Amino acid sequence: MKFGIMVNEGPYTHQASDSAYNFVAAALEKGHEIYRIFFYHDGVNNGTRLTTPPQDDRNIVNRWSALAEKHEIDLVICVAAAQRRGIADADESKRNGKDADNIAPGFRISGLGQLLEASIQADRMVVFGD
Amino acid sequence: MEEAGETKKIMYVNRKAPYGTIYALEALEVVLIGAAFEQDVYMMFLDDGVFQLKKEQDTKALGVKNFSPTYRALEMYDVEKIYVEKESMEVRGLTADDLIIPVEVKSNEEVTKMMTEMDVLLNF
Repeated sequence: MKFGIMVNEGPYTHQASDSAYNFVAAALEKGHEIYRIFFYHDGVNNGTRLTTPPQDDRNIVNRWSALAEKHEIDLVICVAAAQRRGIADADESKRNGKDADNIAPGFRISGLGQLLEASIQADRMVVFGD
Repeated sequence: MEEAGETKKIMYVNRKAPYGTIYALEALEVVLIGAAFEQDVYMMFLDDGVFQLKKEQDTKALGVKNFSPTYRALEMYDVEKIYVEKESMEVRGLTADDLIIPVEVKSNEEVTKMMTEMDVLLNF
């Protein structure tokens, strides 16, 4: 089955991104396809490479990046939600006159159309949130 | 805009109060952008989400924008299937007359049935 995933909460505060990760890992293990993972609301905070959790804790951001690299998963951060919360890639940073970017490897910034497209193309859309 | 080649029944489920968190505002942004995809769109308001459609919202003291007039624009985006759960309104002392746009009121049982008929449920 082809899954679309939406993650609506930031890492560490909420269980949602852990649940999404575990779901995606299990789905891949079973041979399913992940069409796209779309990060919205505070979920965009899953994609900042500046995250530095204590060493004995899981690194949620690096975990997404590693999963994306291994399975070529499309990790999309909503541009409007990202702008509000200070998540930027090099282009976004330049366009908005900022002095830095912070997007993590494997993530890309794009529009809400990517969420709709995933909802249409996937067999199942699964939303992880509050 | 996007040629997907198929039409899906998509329901946006709005469960949160309009202010206090950003869910309602960002949900509305999804609906407006999503309209370009010309899908079979349903909007459901339940739990505190029914407050999103309350008339005469005044956010001055909160220091945030009152975005409720935007719901009136939904019609222009061809988003016309708008539903409110009866029980959610009742426990909050609201009737359809208190709302900023015309809606169809559905019982909890009807809401449940509608949800099972959807292809996609996006919860906010």
